[in-house]
Amino acid sequence: MMTRILELAFRLAWKDLRMEFRSRQNFLTVLFFAFIVIVIFNFAFEPGSPAIRESAPAILWVAFLFAGILNLSSAFIVEKEEGCLLGLLLAPMERGVIFIGKFLSNMMFQLLMELLIFPVFLVFFNIELRGGWLWFLLVVILVNTGFVAVGTLFSAMTIGLKTREVLLPILLFPVIVPVIIAGVRATGLVFQGSPGSDLGSWLKLLGGFDLVFVVVSAAVFRFVVEEAS
Amino acid sequence: MSVEVESRMTQEAAPRVSGRDFLGAGETRRFLRSQAVLGGLTAVALIVALYMVFLYAPPEREMGEIQRLFYFHVASGWLAMVAFLVVFAGSLMFLWRGRLKYDRWAEASAGIGVLFTTIVLVTGPLWARPIWNTWWTWEPRLTSSLVLWIMYAAYLLLRGNFPESRKKYQICSVYAIIAFLDVPLVFFSVRRMRDAEVYRGLHPVVISANKIDLEPEMILTLIVSCLAFTLLYALLWRFRLRVGMVRDEIWRIRRVLMERE
Repeated sequence: MMTRILELAFRLAWKDLRMEFRSRQNFLTVLFFAFIVIVIFNFAFEPGSPAIRESAPAILWVAFLFAGILNLSSAFIVEKEEGCLLGLLLAPMERGVIFIGKFLSNMMFQLLMELLIFPVFLVFFNIELRGGWLWFLLVVILVNTGFVAVGTLFSAMTIGLKTREVLLPILLFPVIVPVIIAGVRATGLVFQGSPGSDLGSWLKLLGGFDLVFVVVSAAVFRFVVEEAS
Repeated sequence: MSVEVESRMTQEAAPRVSGRDFLGAGETRRFLRSQAVLGGLTAVALIVALYMVFLYAPPEREMGEIQRLFYFHVASGWLAMVAFLVVFAGSLMFLWRGRLKYDRWAEASAGIGVLFTTIVLVTGPLWARPIWNTWWTWEPRLTSSLVLWIMYAAYLLLRGNFPESRKKYQICSVYAIIAFLDVPLVFFSVRRMRDAEVYRGLHPVVISANKIDLEPEMILTLIVSCLAFTLLYALLWRFRLRVGMVRDEIWRIRRVLMERE
């Protein structure tokens, strides 16, 4: 049962990845936006000042999450425009599977974007990862899981609304406040190279958020996409 | 309600709240009479509460008269909590049972909750300015209240942006449930912030698990204030529910007329 769900979800995600790989338009736009945010912040502060180094974790996550919002807001556009959503809903599978598939593909776009932007960030901000790569990777995955899970759900909620692109950040950012706080603090600790019990408690908070909202989002997804009777 | 939304409404399936065909005159009269009784009780309770806040309760030893804001500050917070609990319960019930009236419970309650959270957020700084010497700090309780306010204001925006349909109500219910589940997580994460460490303990904790740190007269005043605000909530909520019902009825009639043409 579980393997069947995952197999279906991976197939859905694979479809998204293949489509995106063929056009690349959306992904490149998101990538470039994240790059611009990183650059602009350097002008907003005195370049190379201690203040900017202290704010580096915050700037990194602002860039990642703002670019992530762009990525999420276009997540269901193809489905909507080509009428593919109806096809997916007619397919004999749980609605939650569609959610997991979309979640996986969004997660992959998000992680790939971050992977490409992060070296640029390290160079521009002169940051060394004193706390080790593995801890940072863990933080990134935990933050993205919560952000993308809730984001995918909210993106599905706002399909077809005229004000979709403004509404998505308005809905999403307040809800992911815990993720932003924990993510920025944990990243700061990893940059300073002090992954102690403090980091552990932030990771626990992120893990708790992820667990609650991945499960809840998958469970309520059907109410968001089904045409009501 | 703009004309555009209403005309869109007539095209989509207009929802029907109950089996009732018509909110008749007798029904309306009964509603108004019960609201008058409730309104009278609320008015009396509020006047008693005002008397107690300003004349009965003793002034606080160190803070002086400004401390009297406390009673309505806490009562507003209490009312907002009740309101958001109703939004959550209504949304949950709507998804579970699918009856439109549960969505209307949430709809009627959300605006009241946002209004009284606003009052909490305004009376707080008024008190904090002379006592803390600053309008605002990023203390855990203040920050959580602010995030709460933003989430439910976003809920109202979401409601306003959708064309009327059952799907809208499902989607709004989902958002309300997510927001409610998020509240404790927001509080925990804000409490753990480094800056919050500095402010921890700044916000007075008057009522804790094992004791209430108040004079008996003050406790009584607080209880009466909270009771008065609970009555006020019931009054406002019933009015808003009624407005929703009348609006639904107008939409239904309009749709019937359109079909006849």
